[in-house]
Amino acid sequence: MKISREDVLRVAELAYLDLSEGELETYRAQIDEILEYIGKLNELDTANVQPMAQVLSDDQTADATLREDLIVPCAVAEDVLKHAPDPEPPYFRVPKVIER
Amino acid sequence: MRIAANWTIDGVREALGAKKISARELVADFYKRIDARNAELNAYLTLSPERARRQTDRVDALVAEGKPLPPLAGVPVAIKDVISTRGIKTTCGSKILENYFPPYDATAVERLEAAGAVILGKTNCDEFAMGSSNENSAYGPVKNPLAPDRVPGGSSGGSAAVVAAGLAVASLGTDTGGSIRQPGSFCGIPAMMGSYGRVSRYGLIAFASSLDRIGPFATKVKDVASILQVIAGRDPNDSTSTTAPVPNYRAELEKPVKGLRLAIPKEYFGEGMDAGVRQKIEAGIEIFKKLGCQLVDIRMPHTDYAIATYYIIATAEASSNLARYDGVRYGLRVDNDSLLAMYRKTRGAGFGAEVKRRIVLGTYVLSAGYYDAYYLKGQKVRSLIAQDFRDAFTKVDAILTPTSPVPPFKLGERTDDPLQMYLADIYTVTGSLAGVPGISVPCGKIDGKLPVGLQIFGAPFGEARVLQLAHAFEQAGGATV
Repeated sequence: MKISREDVLRVAELAYLDLSEGELETYRAQIDEILEYIGKLNELDTANVQPMAQVLSDDQTADATLREDLIVPCAVAEDVLKHAPDPEPPYFRVPKVIER
Repeated sequence: MRIAANWTIDGVREALGAKKISARELVADFYKRIDARNAELNAYLTLSPERARRQTDRVDALVAEGKPLPPLAGVPVAIKDVISTRGIKTTCGSKILENYFPPYDATAVERLEAAGAVILGKTNCDEFAMGSSNENSAYGPVKNPLAPDRVPGGSSGGSAAVVAAGLAVASLGTDTGGSIRQPGSFCGIPAMMGSYGRVSRYGLIAFASSLDRIGPFATKVKDVASILQVIAGRDPNDSTSTTAPVPNYRAELEKPVKGLRLAIPKEYFGEGMDAGVRQKIEAGIEIFKKLGCQLVDIRMPHTDYAIATYYIIATAEASSNLARYDGVRYGLRVDNDSLLAMYRKTRGAGFGAEVKRRIVLGTYVLSAGYYDAYYLKGQKVRSLIAQDFRDAFTKVDAILTPTSPVPPFKLGERTDDPLQMYLADIYTVTGSLAGVPGISVPCGKIDGKLPVGLQIFGAPFGEARVLQLAHAFEQAGGATV
């Protein structure tokens, strides 16, 4: 077994994700099977291989695409707040975070 | 007046220019057909008739004034529901964004409208583009218009279905591991993913940022080229969109393909491929031979590791990207007195099963103690897969493969086994990881019924070559092999 019930609980906690008892066991079993399959990557010796984090080569990004740091108008606040779950313009309201 | 259903972009331009029809009448006719078929197909989630009306008024004014028409003037298009449209509901196929109205347009949408296209509405898809059958949508599955008991493919199933059913002339989808090409294959239409960096991702609601790409569906390769022409190119709002020049794709289409070298990689023709698919793809390859292309047997030795690599990298990036859905700024909130419990309950209630499964897997492969064994390992194997493509393109001009190992499968047939569903993407994820462009072009129908797609990969920023080959194949009767 690659992944335990405790692992799934820990990861769900890290991801702020409520899972029911049923989901917990279903996902554990399914992810276990997927991790078993992923294990085939260990057939490859990658000791001298560089990890690839993104596709584009250096000349296609970084200097080629950095822009000047300019202030541009972006008047969307009203629109954004209109559809927020609990707006208190110009703020989003959330449950109390700090106890006095 | 009776209005034909099978419009092309050129056909729309000619009809408008000759005043045979107005943009308003054309779009009204499309909405009539959508009304008649959408309840059955479930392909559109939201229609945008007011916005369409404003655009048809603009186009019809240009015609009335005798002004030149922009390249997509009056062309009715549909947009996958993971692409932002200002003021038009954009759900990502998820309950968590059931009432989300983006405050801005994606760059691709803005460019389509600036070119005269008329947005009819938003199309159904797997939740956050995670799926290969469109069965992971919180708003129900889409039916394949060619075979209603079958899936349309996914995740861009709605965008493929509306074009195949004549409910839009073209559409935009997104492709992370095959989500444009596979539904294109399943619905029997050409569908293209440009190189990573070719089309701006600004306004595309992120699933896996190093893989996500926006691209077109249409009924003809020429129309795919016309749409790509408009949406491609540098956008200051996406730092990964490149400054590489955009060639005139339409002008390149008619160039002869004789003498081009095409790779047939052995690894894409192994076990697991449906016999009917194999027969059609082999017949398709014969067409390229007749066109004078030179076929070259090559090896791409890391192909078999692509699904494992993809499901590490895509889920890791997804777990990070989807952290933003916390009930604070937009979308669903499940109230609770505690902030942390509010996050947990909102996410637990708002996300569907596949999304939760991928968040758990992605968080796991990034977590302390497992990062090196999974995420770092996946990034290293991604290098090897990209190297396979670089090696291949030193020898050949393009690579031919099947798009999917199987024809469209039945609704519900694969939903219980996530790993089996993931393996449906076996021929498409390689190109996603490597960042190369790819198209799926119709390659016959099994028993005259179930469509097969042939995939053509090109070198990075070699979209013109890919389109040229696909067009030649289509012209030579590829769709009816």
